[in-house]
Formats: sequence, structure tokens, C-alpha cells
Amino acid sequence: MLKQIQGSQGVAQAIALCRPEVICAYPISPQTHIVEALGALTGSGKLEDCEFINVESEFAAMSVAIGSSVAGARSYTATASQGLLFMAEAVYNASGLGLPIVMTVASRSIGAPINIWNDHSDSLSQRDSGWLQIFAEDNQEAVDMHIQAFKIAEELSIPIMVCMDGFVLTHAYERMDIPTQEQVDAYLPPYDPRQKLDVNHPVSIGAMVGPEAFTEVRYLFHHHTIEALQAIEKASEDFEKAFGRKSGGLLSPYKIEGADTIVLALGSVIGTIKDTIDEMEKEGKKVGLIGIKSYRPFPDKQLAELLKGAKKVVVIDRALQVGIGGVVTDDVIRATRKMDLDIFSVIAGLGGRPITKKGLKDVFNKAMNGELEELYFLDLDKEVVEKQLKREKEDRHTGPLAEAVVRDSVSIHKGGI
Amino acid sequence: MSEHQIKFYQTGTFTVGNRLLDPSQRSGQANIERFNSLNSGHRACQGCGEALGARYTVDAAMKATDGNLIAANATGCLEVFSTPYPETSWQLPWFHSLFGNTAAVGTGMAAAMRVKAKKNGGPLVRVLAQGGDGGTTDIGFGCLSGMFERNDDVLYVCYDNEGYMNTGVQRSSATPPAVRTATTQIVGSHPGNAFGQGKEVPLIAMAHGIPYVATASIADLRDLERKVKKAMTFHGARYIHVLVPCPLGWGAASKDTVKLARLAQESGLFPVFEAEYGEITNVTKIRKLAPVEDYMKLQKRYAHLFGPKADQSALIRIKAIAERNIRRFGLLGDERSEPMPPAVQADERADRL
Repeated sequence: MLKQIQGSQGVAQAIALCRPEVICAYPISPQTHIVEALGALTGSGKLEDCEFINVESEFAAMSVAIGSSVAGARSYTATASQGLLFMAEAVYNASGLGLPIVMTVASRSIGAPINIWNDHSDSLSQRDSGWLQIFAEDNQEAVDMHIQAFKIAEELSIPIMVCMDGFVLTHAYERMDIPTQEQVDAYLPPYDPRQKLDVNHPVSIGAMVGPEAFTEVRYLFHHHTIEALQAIEKASEDFEKAFGRKSGGLLSPYKIEGADTIVLALGSVIGTIKDTIDEMEKEGKKVGLIGIKSYRPFPDKQLAELLKGAKKVVVIDRALQVGIGGVVTDDVIRATRKMDLDIFSVIAGLGGRPITKKGLKDVFNKAMNGELEELYFLDLDKEVVEKQLKREKEDRHTGPLAEAVVRDSVSIHKGGI
Repeated sequence: MSEHQIKFYQTGTFTVGNRLLDPSQRSGQANIERFNSLNSGHRACQGCGEALGARYTVDAAMKATDGNLIAANATGCLEVFSTPYPETSWQLPWFHSLFGNTAAVGTGMAAAMRVKAKKNGGPLVRVLAQGGDGGTTDIGFGCLSGMFERNDDVLYVCYDNEGYMNTGVQRSSATPPAVRTATTQIVGSHPGNAFGQGKEVPLIAMAHGIPYVATASIADLRDLERKVKKAMTFHGARYIHVLVPCPLGWGAASKDTVKLARLAQESGLFPVFEAEYGEITNVTKIRKLAPVEDYMKLQKRYAHLFGPKADQSALIRIKAIAERNIRRFGLLGDERSEPMPPAVQADERADRL
């Protein structure tokens, strides 16, 4: 059914359609609207047979989900940013235990400096946590990916993060097609756990494993995660058959045929990139795009295959490995290491800075003209940076850096505070 | 509870007797019907108080729930010695997640079981969460308090051996003052653990107003069993804090574990009581007041407080702690407990000595 609603509302309704049995909630922007809506759905009885638990921290949220999942209940929570870091120990624990929890990450930057706006620093910081990570391009895909997420996670007994851009998607009002309960029930069977705490079949779960078997346990974990490549594709294909629209999957190519320069990106910026590419096409400049929908597992072979005709690859990276460069860029380099490609890492949209068509067009033109640096910070204010660097050379006691930069930025561009 | 009101104590040891009771009321150490939830063959140290406490706690909870029980266990000695896979001592569904999240895991398990019972019918499976003092009073405290305030249907049992024994005897917030640990060594002007630190989690649990809080001792296993059974008659958050002497960490002989637990209670250092909805309802009286020295001299962790070079002031302060407990909890004769005694550390912090 078509609805004009907020992204968070759409996701909450999608989660409810998946019949979760335990939901744990802890507020952190920009995720909060999702659990608020789910609280209302459980409280009003619209979502039946579901425990909604307001916990005292994200660490507890993930821990409650671990407890409910291991006891055989379909379990869901949502978080972002600092919250994801605060629960990190339990995030690794959930995946190590093979508990198919579904969690929304309303992607947001990580402090300090504290910043509530969207980038991918939080979700990508957990890239090695053993969770599957899929990234939604728009709110319709966020809705659809959550429904697919339960299917993928439960089939493989691996938890999954559905990453959707904070504010840009969570707070945006868009038209979404929300499926019916019958449709979702037909697509998503009840949770049939591979392992659970059962008084009729008592087992110990979470025992210590020493050097004699730890490698094998980790290898199998790796093996199952690689299997997720197929499961994610299949979930997307089955979804398309059942619901009549394409959502999710591994990679989403756009106008790559005959393009020497191909852009790679995750999340909502894909829409802006498509618009930019369309405009440049009218100017006779051919740029392609591949949207990365599955970041973990990373579809190495599938990406290499799609990049066969390319010469230059521009990775729009919304998270910075400090001292190194883009996070996703490293994955792209690994996936294409046997290919002859020029790969550029563009750090863009950190802490919610808008990624504009103008900025992107400039970057794509530079890449095509051979003028782009290997590591490039989109829209970096060099004047502010130079001013602070100069200050630091001249004075030892410059005080807190972030505050100085904000002050300079305001004074340079807005004529002072 | 149908417990026999008259207790039979063995001459000399003051051990609570069993054999003179009606068979239905005996603790049944070797009863064939015993669940043996924590089975033999585990790797606890000789004389481990925690193994003894856990065995009686879990079996009592199993009996009270007719076997409809699942357990969450914090990282720590109990977890490590019971499950060096492929061996496990647990005969009930048992789960270990992390060090600091056991109460929250218990919350999740209880939520799942509530939904399952509603959906599928059948008896409600109950949840026991357990951990040591480090996993309870320190790293797991946030999750514990959250579970309490939500009144989640979990019985949480803390086996308190007054330190991080699994990692090599470091100080926790349950370590008593003056005690030697690896992180409170016998150095400087105030050797051992500081006075005026630490927290009294049973009192903090009471302050949450949860249905049931109790302290217990492995010197009185029948009292421990009774408290576990009683705890299982309540729904909501329940907390039992069991003192479990640790021969390794305390520098005591393995044979003295039960004796130490008894002396801790009989000296007034470890008040044994029950509380319902935030109010103390029952206090175990001291039968034969023991000097704190009798308790302390059996433990090497207190050795620096005795001998010619000993700091007499520390011993005096420890005696004062015992006396305050006796007065405030009404541990002697007909004295009555204060409704909500302040934590023993209060006077130290206020420097009212």
C-alpha cells in the first residue's frame, strides 16, 4: 500500500510486518523515531506477541537481543553512532554466537567532536564485527531490505545491520509501498533457530574454545559469511518475484556500459550521483555508477566483473580511516587488485556535509581529465585548515582544535560570530 | 515456607544439621532425585565456595521450577571452570555471553520465554542469571540496575568471593578494606584495599524496590536453598547475594571454606538477611559472636594486619565495621534491624570514627 510517510515510520512498519518477538529500544539520534514507532505499535496491540523493552544503554540493548535470540525469539534493535560503539563488545558477541539479530543502523558520524549528522563512520567501524551489512539507497529500499534482512540472517544464523543514512533517509518523508501482512508472511517464514535454549534439550552455549578449535570456528564463520553473498542475492530475487520490485542485492550498476570512469558509492548519495551522471551525459560525458548494497560480505568478484570495461574508479567514501584514506576504497583495491585501474578515494559528506551535484561533477571531471588526487577531500575548506596549521606552528597553547576550526569557519564565511 | 523452624546444629562446628529433620525437609546432598545441574567433574579449585554455592542455588531453582529453568552466566570462574568444552558440567540450558551483560541477557531470555509461553502455551520457563562479584558489582552493574528498575522476571545471583579471582585476585568493589589483592598490595602507608570504598549491592538492590533481595552464606546451605525457592515464588526482579569464600584468593586452606563463610556471618562482617519490596523482613541472628580476628587470621590476605609490625588502626576499623553491621541489622539477641541500614562504607566516608 502506498503511503507518504517518514522513513523511520516506514521501517518501523516493515519491522512490525516481520513479526519480531522481542524489540529493545534505547534512544539515539537519528534512529530514535524507529523504536518510538515500534513502541507505539506494540503498546497499541497492533504488533502482537512482541515484548518491547526500554533498556538503559545500547550495550544492554544488544545484550537483551542476544538473550532473546538465543532463547529462540526473533529479535530486533536499532542504533547509531556512539550507540553502536557503546554496544561494540556485544555486537561481536552476537555474531560470534551466530545469533541472527536484525539491527538498523541509522548511519551517523562518530565523535569527538560530537556530531549527530550523517556519514558512514559508525557502521563501517564495525566492518570486521562479523555482521552482514547492507546499505539502503532510499527509504523504499530500507523498508524492503529490512524484510529481506530477517530472511538472510535467519537462514545463515548471522546477524545483519541494515544501514540507512541518518536524517537523510530516517527523517525524510517519501512515498513508500508498504507491503501487506499476507505478502510478508508468504515471503518470511517463522524463525526456526539452528540453536536455542530449550529445557527439553539442554545444551551449553557460549563455552570457551581454545587453540585446538578456535581457527576452525572462525573459518566456518568466514565460510558462512561468504555464503551470504548468494543468500543476499537470492533474498533480493525472491523479493522481486513476491513484491514486484527490485531491492537490495549485492551491487546496483547504473549506466556503466561503455563508461571509462565508474563511481562507487553506498547509501543515499547514490541518488545524487545518478542525477549528476545524467546531467553529465547530456554534456556528452560518460560516467557510470555502481551502488554497493552489500558491504559485508563485500562482493569482490561481482564488482571486478562489473568493472571489466573501466579504466578509472572513483570511490565516494563517507568514512575516513584517519592517516590512511577511504574505508571502502581499501575493499575496492582488494577486489580489483589483479586489474589495471586508477582508483581514487574521495572523502565526502563527513558529519553531514552536503554532497552536491556541483561538487560531484567537479570531481568526476577531474578524474576524467587526469587531475584528481588519489586521496581527495571533497569541498575541503583549505583556508580554514591552513589557518589552524599556521597557528599551531606559531603557538604551543592553541587550545582545543575543534573549537578553533569552528570559530575560524564562522568568521571566514559569515563575517565573525 | 515449610522449613522446620528449629535448627539442629552440630556440636563444635556449628554446622546446621540435617539428619534429625523429616526426610522431606532435608537438603538431600546425594539424593537420587537431585537435578545435579552443576555436575561433578568440573575444574573448580579444591574447596571452591562458588562451586558449592552455585550447585545448591541452581538445584534449588530447578526444583522450584520443576526443571523449567534456563541460565545466563557471566564470564568468570564459574563460567570457566564449568565449561572447558567439550566438557560441560551444566545439566540445564546454559548460556554465556559476556562479562558485563548477564542481567540484560537474562532480561532478553525472560522476554523470549514470556512470548513463547503466550504463543505456544505450556509452562513459563524461568530465568536464572548468575555471576561473580566483579561481573555483578562492577562491570555488570549498569545492566543489573536496568534489569532491577524494569522489574524484569529474572533471579540474579551474585557469588561474591570479594575480588577478581579468575584473572588472578584483583580488587573489585566488593573487596573489603585492608585486604591484600594483586592491585591492592601490601605497600605504602595504608597497605591493602582502601577504607571507605566499595558498594553494598544488596542494599542498592533493595533501593530499587524489587520484590525480593537476600544475602546468604554457603555455611547455611539449607537457608540458601530456602531463599532461592522463595525467590522463585515471586515474579519480577530478584537478587540473592551469596558469600562464597575463595581459598586461592583469600589465602585460606581448602578445608576452611565453609568455616570462613560461617565466621564472616558470626563476626558481623557479612549480615545475612532478606528483604521484600525494599524492606528488611528477616535477619539471621548471630548464634555465637565470633571475634573478627578468628575470621581474618585464617586468611593470608589479612596477614599483614597481624604480627609485630601490624597496623592496629586497620584492625580497629574492621572491628568497627562489624559492630556497625551488628547494630544496624540487629544481628544479636532481640535487636531489630534498621529498616534500611546505610552502607557500611558510609561512616568511613563521613570520617565519623
